[in-house]
Amino acid sequence: MPEAPLEVTVDELRHLVSERALQGDTLVLNMGPQHPSTHGVLRLLLELDGERIVTCVPDIGFLHTGIEKNMEAKSYEKVLVMTDRMDYLNNLGNNLCYCLAIEKLVELDVPPRAQVARVLLTELTRLSSHLLWLGTHALDLAAITVFWYTFREREIVMDIFEMCSGQRMMTSYFRPGGLWRDLPREFEPAVRQFLKIIPDRIDQYEDLLTNNPMYIERTRNVGVISSEQALQIGMTGPPLRATGVPLDMRREQPYSGYEQFDFEIPTATAGDTYARYAVRMQEMRQSVRIVQQALDSMPGGPFRSNNRKFVPPPRAELGHSMEAVIHHFKLWTEGFPAPKGSVYVPVESPRGILGCFLEGDGGPKPYRVHFRTPSFANVQALPMLAKGHLVADVVAILSSLDPILGDIDR
Amino acid sequence: MGIEQKLGNMGVVTTTLEKAINWSRTRAMWPLLSGLACCAIEMMAAQAADYDMSRFGMELMRASPRQADLLIVAGRVTRKMAPVLRRLYDQMAEPKWVIAMGDCCSCGGVFNNYAIVPGVDEVMPVDVYVAGCPPRPEGLIHGILTLHERIMADKPTRAAA
Amino acid sequence: MSHVDTAVASLKSALGPGLSSVEAFRGQTTAVLEASSILPACRTLRDQLEFDLLAALTAVDYWPQEPRFGVVYQLYSLAHRQLLGLKVLLEGQQAELPSITAVYPNANWHEREVFDMFGVKFTGHPDLRRILMPFEWEGHPLRKDYPLGYEEVQFSFNFDEIERRKKYAKE
Repeated sequence: MPEAPLEVTVDELRHLVSERALQGDTLVLNMGPQHPSTHGVLRLLLELDGERIVTCVPDIGFLHTGIEKNMEAKSYEKVLVMTDRMDYLNNLGNNLCYCLAIEKLVELDVPPRAQVARVLLTELTRLSSHLLWLGTHALDLAAITVFWYTFREREIVMDIFEMCSGQRMMTSYFRPGGLWRDLPREFEPAVRQFLKIIPDRIDQYEDLLTNNPMYIERTRNVGVISSEQALQIGMTGPPLRATGVPLDMRREQPYSGYEQFDFEIPTATAGDTYARYAVRMQEMRQSVRIVQQALDSMPGGPFRSNNRKFVPPPRAELGHSMEAVIHHFKLWTEGFPAPKGSVYVPVESPRGILGCFLEGDGGPKPYRVHFRTPSFANVQALPMLAKGHLVADVVAILSSLDPILGDIDR
Repeated sequence: MGIEQKLGNMGVVTTTLEKAINWSRTRAMWPLLSGLACCAIEMMAAQAADYDMSRFGMELMRASPRQADLLIVAGRVTRKMAPVLRRLYDQMAEPKWVIAMGDCCSCGGVFNNYAIVPGVDEVMPVDVYVAGCPPRPEGLIHGILTLHERIMADKPTRAAA
Repeated sequence: MSHVDTAVASLKSALGPGLSSVEAFRGQTTAVLEASSILPACRTLRDQLEFDLLAALTAVDYWPQEPRFGVVYQLYSLAHRQLLGLKVLLEGQQAELPSITAVYPNANWHEREVFDMFGVKFTGHPDLRRILMPFEWEGHPLRKDYPLGYEEVQFSFNFDEIERRKKYAKE
C-alpha cells in the first residue's frame, strides 16, 4: 500500500508563501487533488487572509503518465495512440501535431483530401472541446443548465467521430501521411445536419450567460492580466487573445492547408474571465465557419500518402504484390526509420500553442518526443491571476484558463 | 420482492430483511465526484443528458467522501495520486463499493511505465472492472448495473467470514 | 535575409565564441551556444530582436555519448512570425547552466520540469524543486539509463507465476 504523505513542511514552501503564513497570521489551505472544481487532479495550496488569497501555489504531477518516456520504447506509428490521451479533449488535435512533426521529420507528403479532412475534424474537436469547457465552466459557477445542453451537442460530435474511426474519443484517426481510412459515406450528411443546428444552439448558450447579471458579476474584472504579463508568463490561446494579442498558430505558421480557409481570430481587450469566455464563444462560431468551408471544398482523391516506405499498403494489395508484403512486414514489425535531427512543430489547440519537439536518431523509435503543452504554461500564471481575489473567484479563474491535467502532466 | 404476498388490499408487501437492505442500498447509491483523466469525461457524459445516470438513483455526485457510497476510479492512477485515492477510500463510510472504470485503472491500460500504478486493485479492493479506453457511457452503466446485481445477491445480515 | 538570419548574425557578433555552430534542418534553424552565453543571448533576442515568446524548453539525453545533455529552447517572434531554436550542450557530470527566468518568466516551470526529468540544475532559479514526480522520488526518469519500469505482461503461460507475485490490496 502506498504510504508517502502529502503534507508539506513549512521549510519547503518558505520561499513561496508570505511571512504572515509562517507566523500563523494567515491560513494555508489545501484545495486538494480531489475537489469538484479543479478540473482534474490539480492541487492548490491557498494562503488565505480570511477569504482573500495572499498567495496560491499550484502542485501538479498527479496525472504524470510518463508518456514521453513510453514513446521512446515503441515505433513512431505505434505511439500515436498515446498522443490521444494527453490532452483528452483535443484528441484529433494531438494526433495532428504529432503527425505533422513526423511528416516534417521524414519529409512525407499528405494528399489534399487528407489535409482538408484533417482541418475539418480538428475544428470539430475544437468545437467539442469548447462545448465541454462551457459546460464545466458554467457548472463551476453553479449555472448547471448549460452543462446539460452542451453535452447534448457534444454527443452529436462524438457520433461523427465514431462514424469515422470507430471510437468516440481516442480516435487515433490521423496517421503519418494522411488518415487511417477514408471518410465514410454518411459523414457528409451527418456533418451538414450538425452544422444546421449548431449556430442556433450557440445563440441559446449566449442567451443564457452573456448578458446574465449574475454571470457578469462573477466574471468581470476577475483574474485580470495585461498582455505584456501574459506574453512573459507564456500564456497562449484564448487567455492570451483575451488580452488583445491576436496570436493564433493557424495564422502565424499555417499547417495542413489552413491558409485556404477564411476565418477571423477573435480577441478581446479586458483580459479578465469574462473576456476569455467571450473569446471562446466567438471561436466556436469561427470553427463552424471553417467546418462549413471545409465540407464544401472537400476534394476527392487518395486519403493517405502512397510512399510505401512510411505508409503501409492497403490489404487488397497484399494478395498480388510481393513488394507490398515486404513493406507491410517491415512497417508493422520494425517501423520506418527517421533521419537524425530534430524538428519543432507548433499547432493551435483549443487551449493554446501545442508544440511537438521530435528528435530522431536514424532508428525506428523516436529518440526524444516532447510536447510543449498549452495548459502547462497557462496554469503557471494562476498565482498571478488569483492574488487578492476571494476563494470563490479562484474557481472561476481556474476554469476560465481551461486547464486539462492530462495536458499539463503528460 | 421475496416471499411477498399482497395481504388483500391493505398495500402491504412482505419480504426478507436482506432483500430490503440490498434494495435500498442499490437504489440511491451516490458516487464520489472524482474523476482523474479521460474516463472522467465519459463519466460526465454518462451523467449528462443522453445517457442519464439519474435514472439509477445517482442523481448527484457527492464531493465529500463521507457522504458517498461508490468510488468510480475513472482514469489513470499515478504513483503520486495513489496515496490520495487510498485516503479517499478510507474516508468513505461502510458500505462502500469501488468500480474501476477504464483500462488504465483495471490493468495499467496503454501505459506500462514507472509512473502508472498498473491497476487500482493494488491500492484498494475493486468490485467491478469496466473495460474500455474510455468505456462508452453505456459500458459504465452496464458496470453499475452489474454492481447492483452483485449487491442484490449479497447477504448483509450474515456475519463476515 | 529573414529575421532568423538577422538574429543569428547579431548573436554571432554579440557572443563571439559563445556561439558554437548553427544548424539548419527541415527549414528550422538552431543555434548551438555555450552554457555561459545563454543568458546574454536570451537578453539580446528578447530586447533587440523581438523574440518575445518562449515557446518551448526541454532537454535531450544523449547517453552514453558526451556531451550528455542538450537543453533545447524554442523562441518565437510575434512581429516577424519566425521560430528560432537554441541548444546548449552539457557534460553529464557538470549539468548546470544559468536559468533564464529573469528574461522569460515562462521558463520557471519548464526548467523545473527539466530538472525533475533529467537532473539538469539551473543556477539562479527561484524555486528549483520537483514538479511532476512526487517530492521524495529518487532518480530522474527521462534519463536514458533510468529503466522504463514496465510490468511484465501476464499471458496464459506465465499467468500463475505472476499472479503469485502481484500485489493486491486486501482491504
